Amino acid sequence: MVTAAGNLRQLRLKTPASPADLARLRIGDVIYLHGVIYTGREGVYRRAVEEGVPLPVDLPAVSNVNFHCSPAASRQPDGGYRVGAVTATASFRFAKWMERWFALSGAKVIVGKGGMSGEDYRRFFRPAGAVYLTTVGYGTGALLGRGVKRVRSVHWLEELGIAQALWVLEVENFGPLLVDGDLAGNSLFERENAKLGERLRTIYEGLREPALGRYGETTDRGDEMV
Amino acid sequence: MIPRERIETTARELMARAAIDIPEDYLAGVRAMIDREKGELSAFVLEAMLENWRAASTDRRPMCADTGLPRYYVKIGNEARIEGGMVALEEALRRATAAATHDIPLRPNRVHPLWRTDHDNNVGIFAPEIDWSFEPGADWIDITTVHKGGLFGTDWRMLFPGDGIDGIKRFYLDTLIAFGRRGLACQPAIVGVGIGGSKDACMVLGKQAACLRIVGDRHPDPKVAALERELTELGNRIGMGAMGFSGSSMVVDCHIEVAYTHTGGMPMSVHCFCLSSRRATARLHADGSVTFRTDPAWFTPYLRRETVAWSPQPETSASSV
Repeated sequence: MVTAAGNLRQLRLKTPASPADLARLRIGDVIYLHGVIYTGREGVYRRAVEEGVPLPVDLPAVSNVNFHCSPAASRQPDGGYRVGAVTATASFRFAKWMERWFALSGAKVIVGKGGMSGEDYRRFFRPAGAVYLTTVGYGTGALLGRGVKRVRSVHWLEELGIAQALWVLEVENFGPLLVDGDLAGNSLFERENAKLGERLRTIYEGLREPALGRYGETTDRGDEMV
Repeated sequence: MIPRERIETTARELMARAAIDIPEDYLAGVRAMIDREKGELSAFVLEAMLENWRAASTDRRPMCADTGLPRYYVKIGNEARIEGGMVALEEALRRATAAATHDIPLRPNRVHPLWRTDHDNNVGIFAPEIDWSFEPGADWIDITTVHKGGLFGTDWRMLFPGDGIDGIKRFYLDTLIAFGRRGLACQPAIVGVGIGGSKDACMVLGKQAACLRIVGDRHPDPKVAALERELTELGNRIGMGAMGFSGSSMVVDCHIEVAYTHTGGMPMSVHCFCLSSRRATARLHADGSVTFRTDPAWFTPYLRRETVAWSPQPETSASSV
């Protein structure tokens, strides 16, 4: 099947990601990860960044790829964990912790859902030498689940629960992911939103306004929630 | 008599089918969209989804880790008899939900809204939801499960009769565009539109229109059917594709349900089913046998009846059973 998707650049990225590898990434590139990644979201950020609890594992030595995810993991009789499908959670909620998290964890790659704002990339990511990769479709849970080869360890499980714990995962061919934020602070989503803005003027043409407005209604259709 | 134990095992199987196997009507709809898609990023996302659905079926793992809020739609034949009655049926569905959550596994998404208490089994207060309908002259029960994420892609608005079709189109566009950015609506999807009824009924009907009708199904009222086609086409002309990238893949199909409403109003709801539109149906027959399918066939002529008393009509509607 020949489709419009054929022109995208596909790259393998080994962890820990090196500065040289990250510098090659451009927004819209398709990425597959190989190596070790770990999950961490609001539970981990609050505990480590706000409460100052020391990290349960030497993260910079383990991996520099932080995945915004709660795995659908179930405990097996042998004490291990089975991971079924894996999907990221929306990342924009975590922007406020990023600056201090980068300093604490040494993370250089954030993998999540839906990206953060271009301003976040320029303020927090660019100074830290970090990029943002988004999962695709929301989500390719089965493909990402297949990419998780083993649960290496889980930390803060009792303190934070299955969904919020810090899971260290060995991954292979983990993707596809798209580069949303590159080292220059560009945002793929913002570029695409700008293209859409030009079309919005015409799509409403000829449709009468409703009789009554609506509380909370946005008046600028260029607005977005993120 | 339909055995209680058969209901539970069937519901467990439905949970697995819904979570793992993409319905064929929906898959065909997305395939057709890729061929028309000129946006390279949007086309790439859809191709990745196709690969993902293949991986899910091969590996027998859920297609999406957000296995949504598992719930049921049950249609009961007027002549059906259930061992233990309705209370046993409800318990069987709750047991199946808890068991399937562990066995498949599904993500234990269900928590108390305030205390965030998690039973780790997707069961709790009013969870899973069970919607009921009835069918005359039948001795079977149909059970459908739907797994749908729940944060974005749905909205409601009170419009007024004078707002007309223009008002409907505007609110439809407003909802798709607002939630479509960055793909928060998980588009493309089947979009359900509820028009009329009371406010709560309007929301329920729109959701059912999205989740319980298959791609290509048309409303029996030819003018509503024409509006379904028009809204499908309109949504795909916004310029937005999968994940909010430039493209044309927004609406796999649009289904509209109408309900008689207050004379002064025209409430409307819009619901985007997921890019991974997950549903599965089973019919439990009076002899205890079970047949599985992916078309819920929820909207029967009886369910959409307009008159005081019901008299069976000749079978013309595509969704007759």
